[in-house]
Amino acid sequence: MCGIVGLFLKDKSLEPLLGEMLTSMLITMTDRGPDSAGIAIYGSENPGRLKMTVQSDAPEIAFAGLDAELSAMLGGTVLMEVISTHAVLSIPAGSFENVRSALIEIRPNIRIMSRGDTLEIYKEVGLPKDVAARFNVTSMSGTHGIGHTRMATESAITTMGAHPFNTGDDQCLVHNGSLSNHNSLRRKLRREGIHIETENDTEVGAAYLTWQMREGATLGEALESSLDDLDGFFTFLVGTKDGFGVVRDPIACKPAVMAETDQYVAFGSEYRALVNLPGIEEARVWEPEPATVYFWSHNTAPTSTEKAA
Amino acid sequence: MQTVDLQKMGLRGVNAALHAQSDDTNQTVWTIENAKGAHAIACGLDAPIEVTVKGSTGYYCAGMNQQATVNIHGSAGPGTGENIMSGKIIIEGDASQYLGATGHGGLIVVKGNASSRCGISMKGVNIVVQGNIGHMSAFMGQSGNLVVCGDAGDALGDSCYEARFFVRGSVKSLGADCEKKEMREEHLTLLQNLLDEAGIDANPKDFTRYGSARNLYNFDVDNAAAY
Repeated sequence: MCGIVGLFLKDKSLEPLLGEMLTSMLITMTDRGPDSAGIAIYGSENPGRLKMTVQSDAPEIAFAGLDAELSAMLGGTVLMEVISTHAVLSIPAGSFENVRSALIEIRPNIRIMSRGDTLEIYKEVGLPKDVAARFNVTSMSGTHGIGHTRMATESAITTMGAHPFNTGDDQCLVHNGSLSNHNSLRRKLRREGIHIETENDTEVGAAYLTWQMREGATLGEALESSLDDLDGFFTFLVGTKDGFGVVRDPIACKPAVMAETDQYVAFGSEYRALVNLPGIEEARVWEPEPATVYFWSHNTAPTSTEKAA
Repeated sequence: MQTVDLQKMGLRGVNAALHAQSDDTNQTVWTIENAKGAHAIACGLDAPIEVTVKGSTGYYCAGMNQQATVNIHGSAGPGTGENIMSGKIIIEGDASQYLGATGHGGLIVVKGNASSRCGISMKGVNIVVQGNIGHMSAFMGQSGNLVVCGDAGDALGDSCYEARFFVRGSVKSLGADCEKKEMREEHLTLLQNLLDEAGIDANPKDFTRYGSARNLYNFDVDNAAAY
């Protein structure tokens, strides 16, 4: 099964409540998947800086003195905030590849969860309520966010198999469903030089989008072509710096419900996830059409990558 | 009238109270408040009672219904009215996928739209949708009637047997072995009765009938090489 929730805020006064609202929505979806949970939050931006969320199973060892060591290696300031098994690094813009190489050298056991101007991803094995409490997600504010709770089908229950998956700067993907051609596609993408860490099917979906965009496709185009190239069942929710997008496979057996008011656009695998949102009784509630790409964006002048729903 | 709060009484409490009603119960009118999209509300009823659910419902509301009338004042989740045997389900909003799947009898009315696989494997249920229906509706439909006042999605009636489909709007595509059929007097009468029972004002003459071409009933030896 798996449960997905997403919240895109139009009303700025709700931004301090984003983490709290998203956590409550995700906890409602717990019985759709108890294996692992994760949340992507689009928070504040610091000009000239890039955020990296990293993870370690031994955080007290892996993160000790990491900021100072990276600062010395890069010759620039690296700031670090440790939150349980994760740490958010603030690095100089443009230094991501250097930091990635440095981490492989000095802390090979650290995993990179996300990178971007505003994106932070937190994910671990366990129930949504425990994962949210571990990272104090309820206290987080932001413009939009995505949550996922997993019932594992195609690969093992691990932190790296948890969703969301980071697909590029400020981009992430969560998935309800299962891809059946992920093995052949993984081999193809690896030959193309795309880094794929696990045997997880969704990571292949994320890597596919990364590859398409590397080849020049916009995110919208990459999602359109995923309808042809991915075999299996999927409802995808894709986060970008400015908003989020939804696409379902043509069969559309994986559920999806959307609600929109003047204050927000919300996504849930089930209506249950949306029932405590403000003004839900008056919201426009509908199911996204199969094989159709939807986007909502804070960007007032949408680019070709963003198609208004 | 009995009014119960689902959040206070719990799903099992509410369903147990409804299951406790017999054929000659005096408690014939029930209202369920605070549904909040819960699953399996009013499932397995078997008494001549009328239940109104305030708010939207989750999976399988009014599944396996017999005799009872269930009103949903909101939208209905996946599998609503699955395997309905008799009675009536009236949905004021939209219905999600596989509405009335495998239903043997009774009537389901949707005031809004129904999603994909509406009436899949229907075996005698009547379904009347005021709006549109999604793709793969009435797949393997065996018996009963599906009335659509709006449009139908892709692959309507794929591999159907003797179920009848009446569509007022367009059909995006017909499924394998489903074809357009002539509207005879008996069909106009049948459709008028279904519309009347559903409380929908529409002219049967505006509808087109579809049903099985019956080509898949028997094995065609020319296809032997395909197996």
